[in-house]
Amino acid sequence: MTALNGWLAANSSGNAGAVIERGFKVIRNQNWLIVLSGFFEPVFYLLSMGLGLGALIGTVPGPGGAPISYAAFIAPALLATSAMNGAIYDSTWNVFFKLRFANLYQGMLATPLGPLDVAAGEIFMALFRGFLYALGFTAVIAVMGLATSWWALAMIPVALLIALGFAAFGMAITSYFTTFQQMDWINIAMLPMFMFSSTLFPISVFPEAVQWFIMALPLWHGVELMRQLSVGHFETSTWLHLGYFVVMSVAGVGFTTRRLRSLFLR
Amino acid sequence: MTDPRGSFLTPRQDSALRGRKRPRQLSSDLIDTNALAYSGRALDAATQAASVRRWGWWYQAEWRLRSMKAYWSSVIGTALLTPLLYVVAMGIGLGSLVDANAGGIGGVPYLMFVAPGLLVSTVVMSGTAEMSYPVMAGFKWGRLYYARAATAASPQQVALGELLAVLIRLLAEALVFYVVLVVMGAVRPGWSLLMVPVAGLAGMAFGAPLGAYAATIENEGPEFALIQRFVVMPMFLFAGTFFPLASMPVYLQWVGWVSPMWHGTQLARAAGFGMPLSGAEALGHLAFLAALTALGVWLALRSFVARLGR
Amino acid sequence: MPVIEASELTKTYGDLRAVDAISFAVASGESFGLLGPNGAGKSTTMRMIGGTTLRTSGTLLVNGLDPEVHGPEVRANLGVVPQQDNLDTELRARDNLIMYGRYFGLPYSYLRPRADELLEFAQLTEKADEKVDNLSGGMKRRLTIARALVNEPRILLLDEPTTGLDPQARHILWDRLFRLKEQGVTLIVTTHFMDEAEQLCDRLIVMDNGRIVAEGSPAELIRQYSTREVLEVRFGSDRNAALVERLRGFADRIEPLPDRVLLYTEDGEGALEAVRRDGLEPVTSLVRRSSLEDVFLRLTGRSLVD
Repeated sequence: MTALNGWLAANSSGNAGAVIERGFKVIRNQNWLIVLSGFFEPVFYLLSMGLGLGALIGTVPGPGGAPISYAAFIAPALLATSAMNGAIYDSTWNVFFKLRFANLYQGMLATPLGPLDVAAGEIFMALFRGFLYALGFTAVIAVMGLATSWWALAMIPVALLIALGFAAFGMAITSYFTTFQQMDWINIAMLPMFMFSSTLFPISVFPEAVQWFIMALPLWHGVELMRQLSVGHFETSTWLHLGYFVVMSVAGVGFTTRRLRSLFLR
Repeated sequence: MTDPRGSFLTPRQDSALRGRKRPRQLSSDLIDTNALAYSGRALDAATQAASVRRWGWWYQAEWRLRSMKAYWSSVIGTALLTPLLYVVAMGIGLGSLVDANAGGIGGVPYLMFVAPGLLVSTVVMSGTAEMSYPVMAGFKWGRLYYARAATAASPQQVALGELLAVLIRLLAEALVFYVVLVVMGAVRPGWSLLMVPVAGLAGMAFGAPLGAYAATIENEGPEFALIQRFVVMPMFLFAGTFFPLASMPVYLQWVGWVSPMWHGTQLARAAGFGMPLSGAEALGHLAFLAALTALGVWLALRSFVARLGR
Repeated sequence: MPVIEASELTKTYGDLRAVDAISFAVASGESFGLLGPNGAGKSTTMRMIGGTTLRTSGTLLVNGLDPEVHGPEVRANLGVVPQQDNLDTELRARDNLIMYGRYFGLPYSYLRPRADELLEFAQLTEKADEKVDNLSGGMKRRLTIARALVNEPRILLLDEPTTGLDPQARHILWDRLFRLKEQGVTLIVTTHFMDEAEQLCDRLIVMDNGRIVAEGSPAELIRQYSTREVLEVRFGSDRNAALVERLRGFADRIEPLPDRVLLYTEDGEGALEAVRRDGLEPVTSLVRRSSLEDVFLRLTGRSLVD
């Protein structure tokens, strides 16, 4: 207990609120079109794939096997993907840029703020942005008639859980990077995860070994969970998906905490 | 002729007052400072000027291509990996859904339909990347264009060199992409090779005007992020890359008509799997792309001259 | 009791010993300088004092506390001016000061008037609502310095504070820093400007390759490592080296450079007379007082280190 108190005292002034305050001030100053554009990206995907490809594909089997429209199939998946992308962007590129180029954190850390305050404040801001986008996108899904259950509202907090899991891991991984070129590889790793995690088509098209691999990846669990929520169909696997993200979030926060000093103090 | 090494000076005798780990030497200990101003080895000024007058555009292109070396591994990696991923996702994944329901598109499996579009749109997006931040950086961050303009090169040569280098890079990427598509069986080799120049042209049709605009940006704002999200992204998603324009509602089809990606994709499809395209249509697509490229080049020359001459 | 006490302080990055077992103490209210060429370990030392770089070994106490264990408490007393401006480019000038104060947990009722005061101090009142990117280099530097004062720190860490300032701004800053010192603020300064070190520092250490190579007041260091005066003579690049032996008798120490020869002596005019009497007529000659710069170059060498 005293070890924990000592660690907290060394890494935090308990003033993460000031970091959050700064975040809100920046959002207020920001170009509102940019803020809005984050909301439009998944909407564009939904319109394009849902309408355009949907016309060619027709219906696909949804959770529980009942056929649903292609648009309804991909909408919850796009919400999960957008939660992942936003969280990864904020916890990797954004943190890396502020750390190494803008030197923003260097300035913050020269004050009583400790690494824990900075990390907690930044993750909070990432989740807040994620919350806004999830809210907007869920509304779009509802208006387009692609959600058929009140459970769809639960997609909003679940989007935050997905974001937390990815953000916590992203920040820890960023502590190992030193150049922008290395950061490029994050994007290269994210693209296949987006394409194959049952976002745009069921994974049953793959051989079984590949399916197992995909099922080990986090996004697949996020997509399946969202999809089940969107129609209010639950199975035992629902708990498994949820559990996956709870464990991922706890482990990610632990990992980031361990790497905190390596990330911010050099 | 004196040997330049003959005038090496001896290292300073008291170089270390205290024990020093690494020997440090004056730069003047290592080079013949007397030959710095005039060694007679450089070409004379008139020859330098004549050579730049003639080849300055190429020197600029060479420099830009060299600077791309910094990230060439991710360029090649992306050029190899993207088509691979797409072929798996589109061929095995989406393709199985589309083919099962609609029996392919235009008489070919979905994968063959979508492959030319993916090639063109990937190249157009690379052109976007190369002609946005790097161009602004040349004026604003690194100010390298000013360094070029301070040599014997003219602003026009700097602009042309930039455009040429980007075109070369786009063609190289398109070629790698094409080869992967052929190897994966998404495209039949032969006349389909024409996809490569078509993609390069489409890339410049969007990239050149964008570069001209980037050269006018004084203060870095949200411009490029907005272009990316409200122009490039919709172009990629709505301009017939993943499905025929006709399967979109009519009120969204105009996005395709005005976008270089769609015109390029249509040509690439004709080359790729013989999508029927009348001579007039083909000419129309080509004319659209060529006109945009020409306009872009003209505007880029203008804005480089204006910015560098100020 | 010293406010800063370092003993065998060491920081290594892989094989590089950036700071190599240095020990020093700074008394309260003292103005303490760290001099040395690029890469000598000055900035690393500064960051270790704030606890934002973790030391490899040795002990360090700031106000009796270890900055790695009591980071927030230590930094609450510090005002930091980093070598490179790290202003918050997403905020306007005034908000930079206010938000920075919020990181110290200071209330708005204190920060609003304090920000105005500091903007005035930095002569940026008209630029209060300007974006940071639109400020000139000198303005940014002044804003960074003003920001470091927002919490009324008892210890100011200034890493090359006047780099990028014009002479007017430099003199104004020296004046302000001197007044802070009069009010009992401890100043820790790194600088490349020897006149600045002579102006500001009661005592300084010269660092090279991570080690302390000399310590003392500016006057002491000049006395110890240089002579009272320096005579600089030029005979033309091709003759300087050849004449060194002939000049050796005229000074305590002699330093041949490619473009000129330096004669370190108590009496520069006298030495010049003697040189001329010997039949040597320099193309140009200059007699000057010895400065901290001579000490610096003698201790750390004339070569470029980057």
